[in-house]
Amino acid sequence: MKRIKLIQVKGFFRIMALLAPLLLNAYLPVQASEEHGAPVSTVAAVNAEVAVDPALEPVHAEATGHEEEKAGDVIMHHILNSHSFSFEPFGTVHLPALPPFFGIDISITKHVVMLWIVSAILLVLFSFVGAAYRKITPRTAPSGVANTMEALVEFIRLDVAKSNIGHGYEKHLPYLLTVFMFILLCNLLGLVPYGATATGNINVTLTLAVFTFFITQAASLKAHGLKGYLVHLTAGTHWALWIIMIPIEVIGLFTKPFALTVRLFANMTAGHIVILSLIFISFILKSYVVAAAVSVPFSIFIYLLEIFVAFLQAFIFTMLSALFIGLATVHEGGEAEAAHH
Amino acid sequence: MLTSGNILLAGSLLSPEPGLIFWTTITFVLVLIILKKIAWGPIISALEEREKGIQSSIDRAHGAKEESEAILRQNRELLAKADAEADRVIREGREYAEKIRAEITEKAHQESQKMIEAAKNEIEQEKRRALAELRNEVADLAVRGAEKIIRGALDADVQKKVVDSMIQDLSTNRN
Repeated sequence: MKRIKLIQVKGFFRIMALLAPLLLNAYLPVQASEEHGAPVSTVAAVNAEVAVDPALEPVHAEATGHEEEKAGDVIMHHILNSHSFSFEPFGTVHLPALPPFFGIDISITKHVVMLWIVSAILLVLFSFVGAAYRKITPRTAPSGVANTMEALVEFIRLDVAKSNIGHGYEKHLPYLLTVFMFILLCNLLGLVPYGATATGNINVTLTLAVFTFFITQAASLKAHGLKGYLVHLTAGTHWALWIIMIPIEVIGLFTKPFALTVRLFANMTAGHIVILSLIFISFILKSYVVAAAVSVPFSIFIYLLEIFVAFLQAFIFTMLSALFIGLATVHEGGEAEAAHH
Repeated sequence: MLTSGNILLAGSLLSPEPGLIFWTTITFVLVLIILKKIAWGPIISALEEREKGIQSSIDRAHGAKEESEAILRQNRELLAKADAEADRVIREGREYAEKIRAEITEKAHQESQKMIEAAKNEIEQEKRRALAELRNEVADLAVRGAEKIIRGALDADVQKKVVDSMIQDLSTNRN
Protein backbone atom coordinates (compact mmCIF):
# COMPACT_ATOMS: atom_id res chain seq x y z
CA MET A 1 0.00 0.00 0.00
CA LYS A 2 2.82 2.35 0.84
CA ARG A 3 4.61 1.29 -2.34
CA ILE A 4 1.58 2.09 -4.48
CA LYS A 5 1.39 5.51 -2.91
CA LEU A 6 5.06 6.11 -3.57
CA ILE A 7 4.68 5.16 -7.24
CA GLN A 8 1.65 7.40 -7.51
CA VAL A 9 3.60 10.32 -6.11
CA LYS A 10 6.45 9.66 -8.51
CA GLY A 11 4.12 9.36 -11.44
CA PHE A 12 2.39 12.57 -10.50
CA PHE A 13 5.70 14.40 -10.41
CA ARG A 14 6.66 12.97 -13.75
CA ILE A 15 3.46 14.09 -15.41
CA MET A 16 3.69 17.49 -13.80
CA ALA A 17 7.25 17.80 -15.07
CA LEU A 18 6.03 17.12 -18.58
CA LEU A 19 3.08 19.48 -18.36
CA ALA A 20 4.89 22.35 -16.67
CA PRO A 21 6.62 23.76 -19.77
CA LEU A 22 3.36 23.66 -21.64
CA LEU A 23 1.51 25.45 -18.89
CA LEU A 24 4.19 28.00 -18.01
CA ASN A 25 7.03 28.36 -20.47
CA ALA A 26 9.80 26.23 -21.77
CA TYR A 27 12.66 28.06 -20.08
CA LEU A 28 11.30 27.68 -16.61
CA PRO A 29 12.95 24.36 -15.81
CA VAL A 30 16.31 25.72 -16.91
CA GLN A 31 15.91 28.51 -14.42
CA ALA A 32 14.82 26.00 -11.86
CA SER A 33 17.91 23.91 -12.39
CA GLU A 34 20.07 27.00 -12.22
CA GLU A 35 18.42 27.87 -8.95
CA HIS A 36 19.47 24.50 -7.69
CA GLY A 37 22.98 25.41 -8.55
CA ALA A 38 23.61 23.05 -11.44
CA PRO A 39 26.27 24.65 -13.63
CA VAL A 40 24.89 23.59 -16.98
CA SER A 41 22.78 25.54 -19.40
CA THR A 42 20.25 23.88 -21.69
CA VAL A 43 22.51 23.97 -24.73
CA ALA A 44 25.38 22.60 -22.70
CA ALA A 45 23.11 19.90 -21.43
CA VAL A 46 22.43 18.73 -24.97
CA ASN A 47 26.12 18.31 -25.64
CA ALA A 48 26.95 17.16 -22.16
CA GLU A 49 28.36 13.75 -21.57
CA VAL A 50 26.43 11.38 -19.40
CA ALA A 51 29.19 11.92 -16.89
CA VAL A 52 27.66 15.31 -16.07
CA ASP A 53 24.61 13.50 -14.92
CA PRO A 54 25.66 12.51 -11.40
CA ALA A 55 25.77 16.20 -10.62
CA LEU A 56 22.14 16.47 -11.57
CA GLU A 57 21.09 13.22 -10.03
CA PRO A 58 20.66 14.48 -6.47
CA VAL A 59 18.37 17.20 -7.81
CA HIS A 60 16.23 14.59 -9.50
CA ALA A 61 16.22 12.43 -6.41
CA GLU A 62 15.36 15.39 -4.26
CA ALA A 63 12.55 16.39 -6.57
CA THR A 64 10.96 12.98 -6.99
CA GLY A 65 11.23 11.47 -3.59
CA HIS A 66 13.45 9.63 -1.26
CA GLU A 67 14.71 6.70 -3.26
CA GLU A 68 17.08 6.96 -6.15
CA GLU A 69 15.82 5.47 -9.41
CA LYS A 70 18.11 4.94 -12.33
CA ALA A 71 17.03 5.00 -15.96
CA GLY A 72 18.54 1.59 -16.54
CA ASP A 73 16.44 0.13 -13.76
CA VAL A 74 13.30 1.64 -15.22
CA ILE A 75 14.11 0.27 -18.66
CA MET A 76 14.85 -3.17 -17.27
CA HIS A 77 11.71 -3.05 -15.22
CA HIS A 78 9.77 -2.33 -18.40
CA ILE A 79 11.49 -5.03 -20.45
CA LEU A 80 11.64 -7.81 -17.90
CA ASN A 81 8.97 -10.09 -16.67
CA SER A 82 7.52 -9.40 -13.25
CA HIS A 83 4.87 -10.58 -10.87
CA SER A 84 2.97 -7.33 -11.08
CA PHE A 85 1.33 -5.24 -13.71
CA SER A 86 2.03 -1.58 -13.12
CA PHE A 87 -0.38 1.02 -14.39
CA GLU A 88 1.53 4.16 -13.49
CA PRO A 89 0.37 6.51 -12.13
CA PHE A 90 -2.81 4.66 -11.21
CA GLY A 91 -1.25 1.82 -9.32
CA THR A 92 -0.05 -1.73 -9.62
CA VAL A 93 -1.90 -4.99 -9.96
CA HIS A 94 -0.15 -7.82 -8.19
CA LEU A 95 -0.56 -11.09 -10.01
CA PRO A 96 -1.38 -14.21 -8.03
CA ALA A 97 1.39 -16.59 -7.12
CA LEU A 98 0.53 -20.22 -7.70
CA PRO A 99 1.98 -23.18 -5.80
CA PRO A 100 4.88 -24.92 -7.56
CA PHE A 101 3.92 -27.51 -10.13
CA PHE A 102 6.38 -30.42 -10.22
CA GLY A 103 8.98 -28.15 -8.77
CA ILE A 104 8.34 -25.39 -11.29
CA ASP A 105 7.24 -21.96 -10.19
CA ILE A 106 4.18 -21.46 -12.35
CA SER A 107 3.07 -18.15 -10.90
CA ILE A 108 1.23 -15.89 -13.27
CA THR A 109 3.57 -13.18 -14.50
CA LYS A 110 3.15 -10.10 -16.66
CA HIS A 111 4.16 -11.94 -19.82
CA VAL A 112 1.83 -14.81 -19.09
CA VAL A 113 -1.01 -12.31 -18.81
CA MET A 114 0.05 -10.78 -22.13
CA LEU A 115 0.05 -14.23 -23.72
CA TRP A 116 -3.45 -14.79 -22.43
CA ILE A 117 -4.64 -11.43 -23.69
CA VAL A 118 -3.16 -12.24 -27.09
CA SER A 119 -4.83 -15.64 -27.04
CA ALA A 120 -8.16 -14.14 -26.04
CA ILE A 121 -8.01 -11.56 -28.82
CA LEU A 122 -7.01 -14.21 -31.34
CA LEU A 123 -9.77 -16.55 -30.28
CA VAL A 124 -12.47 -13.87 -30.34
CA LEU A 125 -11.28 -12.39 -33.62
CA PHE A 126 -10.92 -15.68 -35.40
CA SER A 127 -14.11 -17.17 -34.06
CA PHE A 128 -15.85 -14.28 -35.86
CA VAL A 129 -13.77 -14.75 -38.97
CA GLY A 130 -14.23 -18.51 -38.88
CA ALA A 131 -17.98 -18.10 -38.49
CA ALA A 132 -17.99 -15.71 -41.44
CA TYR A 133 -16.14 -18.26 -43.55
CA ARG A 134 -18.47 -21.06 -42.59
CA LYS A 135 -21.32 -19.09 -44.12
CA ILE A 136 -19.43 -18.00 -47.17
CA THR A 137 -19.80 -19.73 -50.51
CA PRO A 138 -17.31 -19.54 -53.36
CA ARG A 139 -19.61 -17.09 -55.07
CA THR A 140 -19.72 -14.51 -52.28
CA ALA A 141 -16.92 -12.12 -51.42
CA PRO A 142 -15.73 -11.82 -47.81
CA SER A 143 -16.12 -8.43 -46.16
CA GLY A 144 -14.89 -6.50 -43.15
CA VAL A 145 -12.66 -8.30 -40.67
CA ALA A 146 -12.87 -11.55 -42.60
CA ASN A 147 -11.52 -9.80 -45.66
CA THR A 148 -8.67 -8.22 -43.70
CA MET A 149 -7.69 -11.51 -42.13
CA GLU A 150 -7.98 -13.24 -45.46
CA ALA A 151 -5.17 -11.09 -46.81
CA LEU A 152 -2.88 -12.28 -43.99
CA VAL A 153 -4.02 -15.89 -44.18
CA GLU A 154 -3.64 -15.96 -47.94
CA PHE A 155 -0.20 -14.39 -47.64
CA ILE A 156 0.97 -17.03 -45.17
CA ARG A 157 -0.68 -19.78 -47.16
CA LEU A 158 0.73 -18.96 -50.57
CA ASP A 159 3.86 -16.89 -50.11
CA VAL A 160 5.16 -18.51 -46.96
CA ALA A 161 3.86 -22.07 -46.72
CA LYS A 162 3.27 -23.10 -50.31
CA SER A 163 6.40 -21.52 -51.77
CA ASN A 164 8.73 -22.85 -49.06
CA ILE A 165 7.29 -26.23 -48.17
CA GLY A 166 5.77 -27.14 -51.49
CA HIS A 167 3.96 -30.44 -51.64
CA GLY A 168 2.08 -31.26 -48.45
CA TYR A 169 2.16 -27.75 -47.08
CA GLU A 170 -1.47 -27.97 -45.92
CA LYS A 171 -0.47 -30.12 -42.95
CA HIS A 172 1.79 -27.43 -41.50
CA LEU A 173 -0.46 -24.52 -42.37
CA PRO A 174 -2.36 -24.34 -39.03
CA TYR A 175 0.91 -24.15 -37.08
CA LEU A 176 2.38 -21.47 -39.34
CA LEU A 177 -0.78 -19.38 -39.28
CA THR A 178 -1.11 -19.65 -35.52
CA VAL A 179 2.51 -18.83 -34.85
CA PHE A 180 2.37 -15.85 -37.21
CA MET A 181 -0.78 -14.39 -35.67
CA PHE A 182 0.44 -15.14 -32.16
CA ILE A 183 3.81 -13.46 -32.59
CA LEU A 184 2.35 -10.56 -34.54
CA LEU A 185 -0.19 -9.80 -31.86
CA CYS A 186 2.36 -10.22 -29.07
CA ASN A 187 4.67 -7.78 -30.86
CA LEU A 188 1.91 -5.26 -31.45
CA LEU A 189 0.52 -5.45 -27.93
CA GLY A 190 3.99 -4.61 -26.66
CA LEU A 191 3.60 -1.24 -28.37
CA VAL A 192 0.34 -0.46 -26.62
CA PRO A 193 0.62 1.69 -23.48
CA TYR A 194 0.84 -0.46 -20.33
CA GLY A 195 1.38 -3.49 -22.52
CA ALA A 196 4.37 -5.77 -22.32
CA THR A 197 6.14 -7.60 -25.12
CA ALA A 198 5.87 -11.27 -24.39
CA THR A 199 7.97 -12.01 -27.48
CA GLY A 200 10.69 -9.83 -25.93
CA ASN A 201 11.16 -12.57 -23.35
CA ILE A 202 13.61 -15.22 -24.42
CA ASN A 203 11.63 -17.97 -22.71
CA VAL A 204 8.60 -17.32 -24.92
CA THR A 205 10.59 -17.19 -28.13
CA LEU A 206 12.52 -20.27 -27.08
CA THR A 207 9.29 -22.18 -26.58
CA LEU A 208 7.99 -21.14 -29.97
CA ALA A 209 11.29 -22.04 -31.63
CA VAL A 210 11.23 -25.43 -29.93
CA PHE A 211 7.80 -26.02 -31.46
CA THR A 212 9.28 -25.29 -34.86
CA PHE A 213 12.21 -27.57 -34.05
CA PHE A 214 9.98 -30.50 -33.13
CA ILE A 215 7.72 -29.98 -36.12
CA THR A 216 10.76 -29.82 -38.40
CA GLN A 217 12.23 -33.01 -36.99
CA ALA A 218 8.90 -34.80 -37.14
CA ALA A 219 8.41 -33.73 -40.74
CA SER A 220 11.95 -34.85 -41.59
CA LEU A 221 11.43 -38.24 -39.95
CA LYS A 222 8.15 -38.68 -41.72
CA ALA A 223 9.56 -37.69 -45.09
CA HIS A 224 12.78 -39.74 -44.98
CA GLY A 225 12.09 -42.45 -42.42
CA LEU A 226 14.44 -43.20 -39.54
CA LYS A 227 17.20 -44.47 -41.84
CA GLY A 228 16.96 -41.47 -44.14
CA TYR A 229 16.97 -39.18 -41.13
CA LEU A 230 20.17 -40.74 -39.80
CA VAL A 231 21.77 -40.75 -43.25
CA HIS A 232 20.92 -37.08 -43.47
CA LEU A 233 23.04 -36.48 -40.36
CA THR A 234 26.11 -37.74 -42.21
CA ALA A 235 25.42 -35.33 -45.05
CA GLY A 236 26.14 -38.13 -47.53
CA THR A 237 29.89 -38.07 -46.98
CA HIS A 238 32.41 -40.88 -46.72
CA TRP A 239 32.29 -42.80 -43.41
CA ALA A 240 35.76 -41.56 -42.45
CA LEU A 241 34.40 -38.04 -42.26
CA TRP A 242 31.47 -38.98 -40.07
CA ILE A 243 33.33 -38.17 -36.90
CA ILE A 244 33.40 -34.56 -38.10
CA MET A 245 30.15 -34.40 -40.05
CA ILE A 246 27.80 -35.85 -37.48
CA PRO A 247 28.63 -33.32 -34.74
CA ILE A 248 28.42 -30.51 -37.30
CA GLU A 249 25.04 -31.66 -38.54
CA VAL A 250 23.75 -32.15 -35.00
CA ILE A 251 24.90 -28.65 -34.08
CA GLY A 252 23.25 -27.45 -37.31
CA LEU A 253 19.96 -28.92 -36.13
CA PHE A 254 20.07 -26.83 -32.99
CA THR A 255 21.40 -23.59 -34.42
CA LYS A 256 18.21 -23.11 -36.41
CA PRO A 257 15.82 -22.86 -33.44
CA PHE A 258 18.51 -20.98 -31.53
CA ALA A 259 18.67 -18.39 -34.31
CA LEU A 260 14.88 -18.15 -34.32
CA THR A 261 14.84 -17.67 -30.56
CA VAL A 262 17.47 -14.98 -30.40
CA ARG A 263 16.34 -13.10 -33.49
CA LEU A 264 12.81 -12.53 -32.30
CA PHE A 265 13.74 -11.89 -28.68
CA ALA A 266 16.56 -9.48 -29.53
CA ASN A 267 14.56 -7.53 -32.08
CA MET A 268 11.64 -7.04 -29.75
CA THR A 269 13.80 -6.14 -26.76
CA ALA A 270 16.09 -3.84 -28.68
CA GLY A 271 13.29 -1.70 -30.04
CA HIS A 272 11.86 -1.13 -26.59
CA ILE A 273 15.25 -0.37 -25.09
CA VAL A 274 15.90 2.18 -27.84
CA ILE A 275 12.55 3.90 -27.36
CA LEU A 276 12.96 4.05 -23.58
CA SER A 277 16.56 5.19 -23.85
CA LEU A 278 15.55 8.01 -26.15
CA ILE A 279 12.88 9.08 -23.71
CA PHE A 280 15.27 8.82 -20.79
CA ILE A 281 17.82 11.05 -22.48
CA SER A 282 15.56 13.96 -21.69
CA PHE A 283 15.13 12.80 -18.11
CA ILE A 284 18.85 12.28 -17.66
CA LEU A 285 19.74 15.64 -19.17
CA LYS A 286 16.75 17.30 -17.52
CA SER A 287 16.14 19.34 -20.63
CA TYR A 288 12.83 20.01 -22.35
CA VAL A 289 14.67 21.15 -25.43
CA VAL A 290 16.19 17.70 -25.69
CA ALA A 291 12.78 16.20 -25.05
CA ALA A 292 11.18 18.21 -27.84
CA ALA A 293 14.06 18.02 -30.31
CA VAL A 294 15.42 14.53 -29.72
CA SER A 295 13.43 12.26 -27.49
CA VAL A 296 9.92 12.71 -28.82
CA PRO A 297 10.62 12.82 -32.57
CA PHE A 298 13.15 10.02 -32.44
CA SER A 299 11.07 7.80 -30.24
CA ILE A 300 8.08 8.37 -32.53
CA PHE A 301 10.27 7.36 -35.44
CA ILE A 302 11.50 4.26 -33.63
CA TYR A 303 7.94 3.51 -32.58
CA LEU A 304 6.77 3.54 -36.20
CA LEU A 305 9.77 1.43 -37.07
CA GLU A 306 8.74 -0.97 -34.31
CA ILE A 307 5.30 -1.37 -35.87
CA PHE A 308 7.04 -2.41 -39.05
CA VAL A 309 9.42 -4.65 -37.14
CA ALA A 310 6.47 -6.28 -35.37
CA PHE A 311 5.12 -7.43 -38.72
CA LEU A 312 8.57 -8.18 -40.10
CA GLN A 313 9.66 -10.37 -37.21
CA ALA A 314 6.40 -12.28 -37.15
CA PHE A 315 6.81 -12.83 -40.88
CA ILE A 316 10.47 -13.85 -40.55
CA PHE A 317 9.77 -16.33 -37.78
CA THR A 318 6.98 -17.91 -39.82
CA MET A 319 8.98 -17.76 -43.02
CA LEU A 320 12.03 -19.43 -41.48
CA SER A 321 9.86 -22.07 -39.80
CA ALA A 322 8.34 -22.86 -43.19
CA LEU A 323 11.77 -22.85 -44.78
CA PHE A 324 13.18 -25.27 -42.20
CA ILE A 325 10.20 -27.58 -42.62
CA GLY A 326 10.61 -27.37 -46.38
CA LEU A 327 14.33 -28.16 -46.15
CA ALA A 328 13.66 -31.04 -43.81
CA THR A 329 11.02 -32.62 -46.04
CA VAL A 330 12.75 -32.10 -49.37
CA HIS A 331 13.21 -35.45 -51.11
CA GLU A 332 16.33 -36.79 -52.73
CA GLY A 333 16.56 -35.12 -56.10
CA GLY A 334 14.01 -32.64 -54.87
CA GLU A 335 16.31 -29.76 -55.70
CA ALA A 336 16.62 -30.88 -59.29
CA GLU A 337 12.87 -31.25 -59.42
CA ALA A 338 12.41 -27.82 -57.90
CA ALA A 339 14.81 -26.36 -60.44
CA HIS A 340 12.51 -27.57 -63.18
CA HIS A 341 9.58 -25.63 -61.81
CA MET B 1 21.77 6.31 -16.26
CA LEU B 2 22.13 3.07 -18.15
CA THR B 3 23.61 0.41 -15.97
CA SER B 4 25.00 -1.81 -18.67
CA GLY B 5 26.04 -4.46 -16.21
CA ASN B 6 22.46 -4.90 -15.18
CA ILE B 7 21.34 -5.43 -18.76
CA LEU B 8 24.09 -7.70 -19.97
CA LEU B 9 25.58 -9.58 -17.08
CA ALA B 10 23.09 -9.94 -14.30
CA GLY B 11 21.30 -12.54 -16.37
CA SER B 12 18.02 -10.80 -16.05
CA LEU B 13 17.34 -10.63 -19.79
CA LEU B 14 18.44 -14.18 -20.41
CA SER B 15 17.28 -15.68 -17.15
CA PRO B 16 15.34 -18.91 -17.61
CA GLU B 17 11.78 -18.86 -16.39
CA PRO B 18 10.38 -22.40 -16.42
CA GLY B 19 6.98 -21.11 -15.37
CA LEU B 20 6.78 -18.87 -18.40
CA ILE B 21 7.88 -21.70 -20.69
CA PHE B 22 5.23 -23.89 -19.14
CA TRP B 23 2.49 -21.30 -19.65
CA THR B 24 3.67 -20.45 -23.16
CA THR B 25 3.53 -24.10 -24.15
CA ILE B 26 0.06 -24.62 -22.72
CA THR B 27 -1.30 -21.35 -24.10
CA PHE B 28 0.16 -21.81 -27.52
CA VAL B 29 -0.95 -25.42 -27.90
CA LEU B 30 -4.47 -24.57 -26.77
CA VAL B 31 -4.64 -21.59 -29.12
CA LEU B 32 -3.31 -23.74 -31.94
CA ILE B 33 -5.87 -26.46 -31.37
CA ILE B 34 -8.82 -24.11 -30.93
CA LEU B 35 -7.90 -21.89 -33.85
CA LYS B 36 -7.37 -24.93 -36.05
CA LYS B 37 -10.87 -26.03 -35.22
CA ILE B 38 -12.73 -22.72 -35.34
CA ALA B 39 -10.78 -20.68 -37.85
CA TRP B 40 -8.11 -22.25 -40.01
CA GLY B 41 -10.26 -25.18 -41.07
CA PRO B 42 -13.19 -23.14 -42.41
CA ILE B 43 -11.01 -20.33 -43.77
CA ILE B 44 -8.63 -22.58 -45.65
CA SER B 45 -11.36 -24.82 -47.00
CA ALA B 46 -13.28 -21.72 -48.13
CA LEU B 47 -10.16 -20.33 -49.78
CA GLU B 48 -9.42 -23.62 -51.50
CA GLU B 49 -12.99 -23.92 -52.64
CA ARG B 50 -12.87 -20.41 -54.03
CA GLU B 51 -9.55 -21.15 -55.71
CA LYS B 52 -11.07 -24.22 -57.31
CA GLY B 53 -14.14 -22.20 -58.32
CA ILE B 54 -11.99 -19.54 -59.92
CA GLN B 55 -9.89 -22.16 -61.69
CA SER B 56 -12.97 -23.91 -63.02
CA SER B 57 -14.43 -20.55 -64.14
CA ILE B 58 -11.21 -19.78 -65.97
CA ASP B 59 -11.23 -23.23 -67.53
CA ARG B 60 -14.84 -22.81 -68.54
CA ALA B 61 -14.13 -19.39 -70.00
CA HIS B 62 -11.21 -20.84 -71.96
CA GLY B 63 -13.39 -23.67 -73.17
CA ALA B 64 -16.11 -21.25 -74.24
CA LYS B 65 -13.56 -19.08 -75.99
CA GLU B 66 -12.13 -22.02 -77.89
CA GLU B 67 -15.59 -23.20 -78.77
CA SER B 68 -16.61 -19.79 -80.03
CA GLU B 69 -13.40 -19.53 -82.00
CA ALA B 70 -14.09 -22.90 -83.54
CA ILE B 71 -17.60 -21.79 -84.42
CA LEU B 72 -16.28 -18.56 -85.88
CA ARG B 73 -13.75 -20.49 -87.92
CA GLN B 74 -16.47 -22.82 -89.09
CA ASN B 75 -18.67 -19.89 -90.00
CA ARG B 76 -15.86 -18.30 -91.94
CA GLU B 77 -15.25 -21.54 -93.77
CA LEU B 78 -18.93 -21.85 -94.54
CA LEU B 79 -19.04 -18.27 -95.73
CA ALA B 80 -16.00 -18.79 -97.92
CA LYS B 81 -17.52 -21.96 -99.29
CA ALA B 82 -20.80 -20.19 -99.97
CA ASP B 83 -18.92 -17.38 -101.70
CA ALA B 84 -17.04 -19.84 -103.84
CA GLU B 85 -20.29 -21.64 -104.61
CA ALA B 86 -21.99 -18.40 -105.58
CA ASP B 87 -19.01 -17.46 -107.76
CA ARG B 88 -19.08 -20.83 -109.38
CA VAL B 89 -22.82 -20.63 -110.02
CA ILE B 90 -22.50 -17.17 -111.52
CA ARG B 91 -19.58 -18.23 -113.66
CA GLU B 92 -21.36 -21.34 -114.82
CA GLY B 93 -24.48 -19.33 -115.52
CA ARG B 94 -22.48 -16.86 -117.50
CA GLU B 95 -20.76 -19.64 -119.43
CA TYR B 96 -24.02 -21.35 -120.06
CA ALA B 97 -25.60 -18.11 -121.17
CA GLU B 98 -22.64 -17.50 -123.42
CA LYS B 99 -22.92 -20.95 -124.84
CA ILE B 100 -26.62 -20.63 -125.39
CA ARG B 101 -26.18 -17.24 -126.95
CA ALA B 102 -23.52 -18.63 -129.23
CA GLU B 103 -25.71 -21.56 -130.05
CA ILE B 104 -28.71 -19.37 -130.74
CA THR B 105 -26.65 -17.04 -132.86
CA GLU B 106 -25.23 -19.96 -134.70
CA LYS B 107 -28.63 -21.46 -135.18
CA ALA B 108 -30.06 -18.17 -136.29
CA HIS B 109 -27.19 -17.72 -138.63
CA GLN B 110 -27.70 -21.16 -140.07
CA GLU B 111 -31.38 -20.60 -140.25
CA SER B 112 -30.96 -17.34 -142.00
CA GLN B 113 -28.38 -18.91 -144.24
CA LYS B 114 -30.78 -21.67 -144.98
CA MET B 115 -33.60 -19.25 -145.58
CA ILE B 116 -31.41 -17.20 -147.84
CA GLU B 117 -30.46 -20.37 -149.63
CA ALA B 118 -34.07 -21.36 -149.94
CA ALA B 119 -35.01 -17.89 -151.06
CA LYS B 120 -32.23 -17.98 -153.62
CA ASN B 121 -33.39 -21.35 -154.87
CA GLU B 122 -36.91 -20.14 -155.12
CA ILE B 123 -35.85 -17.02 -156.84
CA GLU B 124 -33.84 -19.13 -159.24
CA GLN B 125 -36.74 -21.43 -159.84
CA GLU B 126 -39.09 -18.54 -160.19
CA LYS B 127 -36.69 -16.91 -162.57
CA ARG B 128 -36.41 -20.09 -164.57
CA ARG B 129 -40.06 -20.57 -164.64
CA ALA B 130 -40.53 -16.95 -165.52
CA LEU B 131 -37.93 -17.24 -168.21
CA ALA B 132 -39.54 -20.36 -169.55
CA GLU B 133 -42.87 -18.68 -169.44
CA LEU B 134 -41.41 -15.61 -171.00
CA ARG B 135 -39.79 -17.79 -173.64
CA ASN B 136 -43.08 -19.45 -174.40
CA GLU B 137 -44.82 -16.14 -174.34
CA VAL B 138 -42.19 -14.57 -176.51
CA ALA B 139 -42.37 -17.57 -178.78
CA ASP B 140 -46.11 -17.32 -178.90
CA LEU B 141 -45.92 -13.62 -179.46
CA ALA B 142 -43.36 -14.07 -182.09
CA VAL B 143 -45.36 -16.83 -183.64
CA ARG B 144 -48.43 -14.75 -183.52
CA GLY B 145 -46.52 -11.79 -184.95
CA ALA B 146 -45.00 -13.96 -187.59
CA GLU B 147 -48.36 -15.48 -188.31
CA LYS B 148 -49.72 -12.08 -188.74
CA ILE B 149 -46.77 -11.11 -190.89
CA ILE B 150 -46.86 -14.29 -192.80
CA ARG B 151 -50.55 -14.23 -193.04
CA GLY B 152 -50.11 -10.84 -194.34
CA ALA B 153 -47.32 -11.48 -196.78
CA LEU B 154 -45.16 -14.50 -196.68
CA ASP B 155 -45.20 -18.13 -196.16
CA ALA B 156 -45.73 -18.72 -192.58
CA ASP B 157 -43.50 -21.81 -192.20
CA VAL B 158 -40.40 -20.19 -193.61
CA GLN B 159 -40.87 -17.23 -191.42
CA LYS B 160 -41.37 -19.36 -188.40
CA LYS B 161 -38.14 -21.19 -188.92
CA VAL B 162 -36.27 -18.00 -189.21
CA VAL B 163 -37.80 -16.67 -186.05
CA ASP B 164 -37.22 -19.91 -184.18
CA SER B 165 -33.57 -19.96 -185.05
CA MET B 166 -33.30 -16.38 -184.08
CA ILE B 167 -34.87 -17.07 -180.66
CA GLN B 168 -32.63 -20.08 -180.28
CA ASP B 169 -29.68 -17.85 -180.88
CA LEU B 170 -31.02 -15.40 -178.42
CA SER B 171 -31.50 -17.90 -175.70
CA THR B 172 -28.11 -19.54 -176.16
CA ASN B 173 -26.45 -16.18 -176.19
CA ARG B 174 -28.14 -15.26 -173.04
CA ASN B 175 -27.24 -18.37 -171.17
